[in-house]
Amino acid sequence: MYELLKDLGAWLVSGEQWTGPDGIGHRLAEHLQYSLLATLIAAAIALPLGLLIGHTGRGAFLAINLASFGRALPTVGLVVLVFLASGLSMTPVYVALVALAVPSIVTNTYAGMSAVDPEVRDAARGQGMRGHQVLFRVEIPLALPLIMTGLRLALIQVVATATIAAYVSFGGLGRYVFDGLAQRDLVQVLGGAVLVAVVAVVLDLALSGLQRFLFRHRTAA
Amino acid sequence: MIRFDAVSKRFPNGTTAVHDLTLEFPEGGITVLVGSSGCGKTTTLRMINRMVEPTSGTIRLGGRDVLEQDAAELRRGIGYVIQQSGLFPHRTVLDNIATVPLLLGWGRRKARTRAAELLETVGLTAEAGKRYPHQLSGGQQQRVGVARALAADPPVLLMDEPFGAVDPVVRTQLQDELLRLQKELNKTIAFVTHDIDEAVRLGDRIAVFRTGGHLVQCASPAELLARPADGFVADFLGAERELKLLSLTTLAEVPVERARVVREGEPAPRADGGPYLVVSAGNEPLGWLDPEPGGSGVPVPVRPLRDTDSLLAALNESIASPTGLIARVDAKGVLTGVTARETIHEHAGRSHREASKGTAEAAAPPEAATPPGAGTSTGPTRGGAV
Repeated sequence: MYELLKDLGAWLVSGEQWTGPDGIGHRLAEHLQYSLLATLIAAAIALPLGLLIGHTGRGAFLAINLASFGRALPTVGLVVLVFLASGLSMTPVYVALVALAVPSIVTNTYAGMSAVDPEVRDAARGQGMRGHQVLFRVEIPLALPLIMTGLRLALIQVVATATIAAYVSFGGLGRYVFDGLAQRDLVQVLGGAVLVAVVAVVLDLALSGLQRFLFRHRTAA
Repeated sequence: MIRFDAVSKRFPNGTTAVHDLTLEFPEGGITVLVGSSGCGKTTTLRMINRMVEPTSGTIRLGGRDVLEQDAAELRRGIGYVIQQSGLFPHRTVLDNIATVPLLLGWGRRKARTRAAELLETVGLTAEAGKRYPHQLSGGQQQRVGVARALAADPPVLLMDEPFGAVDPVVRTQLQDELLRLQKELNKTIAFVTHDIDEAVRLGDRIAVFRTGGHLVQCASPAELLARPADGFVADFLGAERELKLLSLTTLAEVPVERARVVREGEPAPRADGGPYLVVSAGNEPLGWLDPEPGGSGVPVPVRPLRDTDSLLAALNESIASPTGLIARVDAKGVLTGVTARETIHEHAGRSHREASKGTAEAAAPPEAATPPGAGTSTGPTRGGAV
């Protein structure tokens, strides 16, 4: 065990491991690129949906059940399925990652919207705001903390899962995991896994810190 | 100014919130809608700015049918204050007040300047404008709510139990300030409350609603208290309604008698039958001093009354006074004399008799505001009973 940790440490800090096309720097950039793109696509789908459900109050059933549906979806299964249907490209990876991210964003956006005090919404209409003004000037700003939580959770999930890109021959930090498994190189597997975990935790901390800063004027309630 | 013609509101679930309502809100006056919960008073109010749409009938505001106007534009021209203030928690107080001016496209600077003016109008400091609503007390939040409603200087204000969620002391302050503001601004105000005392204090006219959305009576506070249309209204006005009537009459007509005074710090006069009123160097009443051997030698504090105070306050004070006398002062607080409990009592009786008689003669015209058949036959005191 001690030997393994020592090798892992050596693997993580060695200079050649961080440079070149197979280096950690490059793989990390790929990993973040996949993750951000997938989360952006998911947000483009999920935010309007969550806002619409929250604003109109219709389709709440969908918003609530999408969460459990998303958790039940087998990501690797989805990758294989889309791979068989569309052939070798990044498409299966993005489909799977987007499908993973959408539920958290929809559910949290809807939760944020439904937590807006009905009195406040009523007052907004009563002052003469039109539907879109109520949405953009009152509902979204008030729902924003929860909307951001949804985006953060989605991004963290996607970062942790983006290793599957390597499963269908593409890059990212998953490269080390799958290559390591193929080469029976336990240190490399472990190194990849540790890197993914560290990236996820660091992103989570940074984004929750940002949220706390942005919403420092809000009450806990 | 605001006119309801045969307006009804039925909700999809079958309940009738407002039943065949014909009612006028006179220009520049406060019309209070009262009744127990579920009587349709809030629904009535919310139909004026189309937050609720009537099922039938017409509502005219300044002669124009509200249903023919764009709802959002209509609402920008009507001040709206609600119970929990409904302030936007993510905006500063100043930005909350500037809401409607911004919607009307005034531009940020002009809207902010106007908002800052209004902070002062409603008795808040400029510093409060930079805070967020949750950093203010309930009473302050309501003041901001009123300021927000006044921001674009609309001719009409709708107030839905605006002071319902604050403690009684603050409520009285806010009521006083509303009356003060109304003297300057002369808005047409529709005010919903379930508190009859608030209705009597604020209303130029009071409309009493009964469950099922029936308007039972609409009259001035004095008329209403002196001659309730039926048992329901009488019950709603409460057991002390004769006393509430006294709260509407001032002391101005009640004669003043000479007071036996002693200046503060001067030696107490000899016991020669009855207490003295201790006054300051400026002739302001301080307390009652009883020089009799049984007296304590320490003055009993007095609460002097002005001509603008009510007969009810005078009666109350005379009961508490050890002499049965009340001290009367002018607007500057300088003693003008005293009035005995008996005189107040006699005036109270006379003013009550006059109120009852006066409204018996005036009872016919306001009938128009009462829907035909709505509780007209059930009232034992209705008709020519007085």
